[in-house]
Amino acid sequence: MSEEIKRSYEKYFREHRLPHLWCPGCGNGIAMKAIVMAIEKHPELNKDNTVIISGIGCSSRASGYMDFDTLHTAHGRALPFATGIKLARPDLKVIVITGDGDCTAIGGNHFIHTCRRNHDLTVILFNNNIYGMTGGQTSPMTPKGKKATTTPYGAIAQPLDPSALAKAAGATFVGRSTAYHVQHLASVIEQGLNNHGFAFVEAIVQCPTSYGRKNKLGSPADMMKWMRDNAVMKAAWDKMSDEEKTGEKFPIGVFLDTRAEEYGDMYSKLIDRIGGKNQ
Amino acid sequence: MKGRIILKSERCKGCGICAAFCPKGVLAIDTLGKIEIIKGDECIACGQCELRCPDYAIFVEKEGA
Amino acid sequence: MKARLMQGNEACAEGAIAAGVRFFAGYPITPSTEIAETMARMLPLCGGKFLQMEDEIASMGAILGASLAGVKSMDATSGPGFSLKQELIGYGAVAEIPCVLVNVQRVGPSTGQPTAPSQGDVMQVRWGTHGDHPIIALSPWSVRETYDATVMAVNYSERFRTPVILLMDEIVGHLRERVELPDSVEIYPRRQPKKTRAEGYQPYEPDEDLVPNIADFGKGYHIHVTGLIHDETGFPVGSPEVTEKSIRRLHEKIARVGEEIIHTYEYCMEDAEYAVVAFGGTARTAYETVRRMREQGKKVGMLRLMTIWPFADAAIKRVAKKVKGIVVAELNYGQIVHEVRRAAEGRCEVALCGKYNMKAFEPEEIEEAVKAMMEGGANK
Repeated sequence: MSEEIKRSYEKYFREHRLPHLWCPGCGNGIAMKAIVMAIEKHPELNKDNTVIISGIGCSSRASGYMDFDTLHTAHGRALPFATGIKLARPDLKVIVITGDGDCTAIGGNHFIHTCRRNHDLTVILFNNNIYGMTGGQTSPMTPKGKKATTTPYGAIAQPLDPSALAKAAGATFVGRSTAYHVQHLASVIEQGLNNHGFAFVEAIVQCPTSYGRKNKLGSPADMMKWMRDNAVMKAAWDKMSDEEKTGEKFPIGVFLDTRAEEYGDMYSKLIDRIGGKNQ
Repeated sequence: MKGRIILKSERCKGCGICAAFCPKGVLAIDTLGKIEIIKGDECIACGQCELRCPDYAIFVEKEGA
Repeated sequence: MKARLMQGNEACAEGAIAAGVRFFAGYPITPSTEIAETMARMLPLCGGKFLQMEDEIASMGAILGASLAGVKSMDATSGPGFSLKQELIGYGAVAEIPCVLVNVQRVGPSTGQPTAPSQGDVMQVRWGTHGDHPIIALSPWSVRETYDATVMAVNYSERFRTPVILLMDEIVGHLRERVELPDSVEIYPRRQPKKTRAEGYQPYEPDEDLVPNIADFGKGYHIHVTGLIHDETGFPVGSPEVTEKSIRRLHEKIARVGEEIIHTYEYCMEDAEYAVVAFGGTARTAYETVRRMREQGKKVGMLRLMTIWPFADAAIKRVAKKVKGIVVAELNYGQIVHEVRRAAEGRCEVALCGKYNMKAFEPEEIEEAVKAMMEGGANK
């Protein structure tokens, strides 16, 4: 059964590194596929002019499987590294892969300020609602009432909404999709890549091993069916009454796609204005 | 429309996502915990299995395409 | 060459720019802030970029990123900020990313005494980040030497592909002196791959000097960089052999050059019977002590350490063989004195002259410590 077949997006994988280390049924592999599908659709992106930066955690192992210049940084610090790379080489497309713990807990301050400065980065947050790599501890994005090893009686604090945070902090693109909606997710990422500014995409992924098992959410496929049954396209969501937005329903789609001056561009203008020489 | 399924078994972790989303019951987990084709003739090449496979282990070619 | 009145922190910034630094990320903290302020003004004029980040950790991350993308990078801070950056210093060491981090020391621990001089971070510089790692640290004693040491720090970071710490103190950082700066300086260029991908290029394959020629991002090499222990391919490996080999090479790439990067200076040591060992701003006072004691006919000399790490074992041994006793003057509760004692191997008496009360040394204080030793009363 070893007939040779290769999809065109697979050229962006480091084949010798596969299979990846993610658990059976983990949504990260699907989100990573959506990213390379989006890169493939972008006419100007290639392996030489695109770099992938990640933090620490399950999500952040993705960088090692992608055949670009890739950087697996420290926990929470993907955005500062990405900022340095983007300012040093504005011609490179910089894509950041992060997780809910990496981006919104330990890296939360970097997230706010990288949005605020509006660096041209595309950030994809793999949201599995939990710390998977360390064995299932609660994250800032664990929904209220859901269990983790460090919230054995259920999380009591409200979860963080990074889309709302990104918008408020000055991101120019904000979107969300899920591992179930693979093509939609790829399309949202593609639109994010086309936005010349801080683009944030939340990819909801299933963690069957920790989050799913702790909360009795069934098989990986069951967790994806939950995404199918609860995600509402933004256009429909906007028409829904508050009463209809109950239970676990959540919107997916592009929530913001706007333009604002990008930090590196503004800095280049500053150099010109003061008579410095742009390098 | 008919489909021909190609498996990369060395990548398959047997999570069952492909089988769960197959509308025709073409796929099942075998005794070794990997996916197997049980009703290949019924494949309609919808591609749901390939699309959602987290391990890039299953592909569908449209027959005669 | 034109004479100018300049502050130590300004000399640091100008030295960095002369050495090719074109990216600076930082966070305001006394007494290092003038370095960031000077960079903010000067960098865009020469096409470089300055960025004040949201915090100390972000600054360190940004300079590592910029350096990976091929731009020489620097960050400057003081005690509390230096503590915050420790994890990423280790990242730079293991991922072998050239960068310079300046620590203008102030009194600690914690918020301590923000504008008061101290030399209490010398051991943190060595061991602050977790795990075994090499470190290079230079500690200048004058404004002009701050300029030169900054150039040297940038060059060493590039040559060895490792973070280099410029360990300043408030005395030198805020000191204003007349300096003449050179028109140009020697620059160690960014190391380049010697093989193509087709020729089997491996980013972490060490060159003859044990330093890898890691391709800058965006050059088409598609390399992977990680803080996990990795083999020559750059990808993480969970093997005992690779782990041991990697950690050994990180140390040996610097240890193998031995004395070449260990800069020490001797004053009046030819016939000295007692020596003062000092570094940074404290060495300025110790120099005056030695001058005064020589006027009194006392055979006292000074060994000044400019390279703090790797430690100047050979120089200490040489001095210890020759003198009856060594007084280590440092603005802390006793840190480098332990290294001096270790290197002296019992060949002579070693005593600490420590100070940790916000004030710089007075020459008399060091003189008293030397005299006490001469009289046999300072055997601490």
